[in-house]
Amino acid sequence: MAATARATASVGEKRETFWTSRPLRRLRRNKLAWVGLTLVILFTILAAFAPLLAPPPLIGNNCLRDLGVSQPAAVYNPLGSTFWRAVLIPPASCYQITRINFKPEPSPPLRPIRTDAGPVRPLLGTANGYDVWYGLVWGARTAFKLAITVVFFQLLIGITLGAISGYFGGWIDNLLQRFIEVILSFPSLVLVIVITAILGPSLTNVMIAFIAVGWAGYARIVRGDVLKVRILEFVDGARALGVSDLRLIVRHIIPNALTTITAIAVLDLGSLPLAAAGLSFLGIGLPVGFADWGQLISFARAWIQGTADNRLAYWYVSFYPALTIILFGLGWNLLGSAVRDAVDPRDNG
Amino acid sequence: MFAFIVRRLLFLPVVIFVLTIFIVGLLQLLSPEQRAAAFIQNDNQARNLQLVIREHGLDKPFLVQYWNWLKAAAQGNLGFSKSSNLPVLDTIKQRFPSTLELALYSLIPLIGFGIWLGTLAGLNKNKFIDQFARVFAVVTGNIPTFVMGIILVVIFYGLLGIAPGPGQVSPENQIYMLTNPVPTRTGMLSIDALLAGNWVIFWDVIHHLILPVITLTTVLNANLIMVTRGSMIETLNQDFVRTARAKGLSERTVNIKHARRNALLPVATIAGFQVAALLGGAVITETIFAWPGIGSWGADAASRFDVPGILGFALLAGIVTVVMNLVVDILYAVIDPRVRFD
Repeated sequence: MAATARATASVGEKRETFWTSRPLRRLRRNKLAWVGLTLVILFTILAAFAPLLAPPPLIGNNCLRDLGVSQPAAVYNPLGSTFWRAVLIPPASCYQITRINFKPEPSPPLRPIRTDAGPVRPLLGTANGYDVWYGLVWGARTAFKLAITVVFFQLLIGITLGAISGYFGGWIDNLLQRFIEVILSFPSLVLVIVITAILGPSLTNVMIAFIAVGWAGYARIVRGDVLKVRILEFVDGARALGVSDLRLIVRHIIPNALTTITAIAVLDLGSLPLAAAGLSFLGIGLPVGFADWGQLISFARAWIQGTADNRLAYWYVSFYPALTIILFGLGWNLLGSAVRDAVDPRDNG
Repeated sequence: MFAFIVRRLLFLPVVIFVLTIFIVGLLQLLSPEQRAAAFIQNDNQARNLQLVIREHGLDKPFLVQYWNWLKAAAQGNLGFSKSSNLPVLDTIKQRFPSTLELALYSLIPLIGFGIWLGTLAGLNKNKFIDQFARVFAVVTGNIPTFVMGIILVVIFYGLLGIAPGPGQVSPENQIYMLTNPVPTRTGMLSIDALLAGNWVIFWDVIHHLILPVITLTTVLNANLIMVTRGSMIETLNQDFVRTARAKGLSERTVNIKHARRNALLPVATIAGFQVAALLGGAVITETIFAWPGIGSWGADAASRFDVPGILGFALLAGIVTVVMNLVVDILYAVIDPRVRFD
């Protein structure tokens, strides 16, 4: 790809930039891609500005204490250091969902609840005493944190091992491929469950489990691409010029194999948080009270029936978390499928 | 073909070996005391933790521990599962039929509906039914299983009150079965009840199966619909379909006999993998509906640090997947004569 772009430019035609490249032109024409992108941007804003949208509470978790301030208002002052700390590197306690009280029964949206620090009005109500809005907003942050970290390391390991395997071949290739086959022969959810169950519940352990299981798929694709690219003339040309193996892999072979995995990585960014939410729904993975969408859905499970006179008395407990999860999945999938179609060389639409 | 099957079956012990090494290895990250927690069944043992550690050799080097585990496993002793309160092998014997039952009942709606809608969409490309199928697939395919399950439960159990509560049979029938047990023949309660002529239990189990089956069908269907549709469109553009039309065959014969049969080849692979996944235990679906299968046991074992249970569940899921994938590959060769094993 890089090579062709340079060739076109040298002929003296209209210069092809990233924005005017064929995949991007296709992507821009796709209306569903725009819908997906809008949703993804909305969730990104939710995650990035979580401390402003769901500010640390006076009572319910230790976020304010760990930020070293006494009033939530301090978070809104962009001139102060608290603002930047809260937005960029919030203390771990901020990821704990605000627990307003210990009443299991849900409280409806905006109904005032009396606490030691004065009345609070949770925007989307509470479940098990947890503030649902806080859980959803910080849950979005958890989702992005998890997705970006996991995909980054999966790509790092997958591309490195895949490239080594494909480029050098021989016994390294054989060994790695057999190992990858073993990993891929299991349902990935089962492996992730096993690893998190043994390592114990924490966000880091969940991420480790997903990384350990997910790199294999990337490695296999990169290896295939490397095998295809390795025999092309420009690689021979570069080798004839005395380019080292490492430079050849990093500068020439990997960039040419990147298109396929980009599309998969985008889809993965959306599906990983949902898989993690599924785990914490099962009670595996994240500790109780950690801001995560799966927890909120599992709180909702106990309040499905409503009361005797109003069957939908607790609708809000399941509705908002479900809606959030569905919109998040839809947004990433629309964007991811559009990227996949755009980089697909077989389709010349 | 025979050599191919043997080679694939030889892969099975490798998978099991790597998995068990991996799990026993993971356990080495914990302290011997933490590992001992897996073996504690009563207070007395909890008080004498060191005794438990020595008895099971939990402070020995990794390879010794692995060898001990392997020796026990070879004698059919996979340990005791705290979460089911039964030895692991007995738990599997008791619970696997229920997983099989759920998979069997899901099979027909899953494959039938997916292929039906996919074919219809492919035949009417860009018309209303096609748009509907695509929207349906995008929407349902994007709802995670646990959300879909909860939505269905909220609507049919919470709001409308027409679906039964969680589990395999209603509480009153559970009490009834304590005095009038259904004789176990297959382990699948609905089939056992049918064989015993017990209609009350049979209908009750079917009633309890409806929501889990709908959940699995809607969640797994999206992929099947889109692949059938794509494959159908591709096949309809091929020369042999034009030939069939040209010789004056009816539209129906062309579509169903000539086009669809060939279009279904890639679909068969996907359907096979989905069945394999179902048999490995639909962890989330089984948990939501408290279905007493392998998957809900696995989730329970994992959330309670029941290590023998986790290991047993993972081993079973792995073996089932490898064997089912082999079956899919063999079936594929049977339905597509172009496939040759070498």
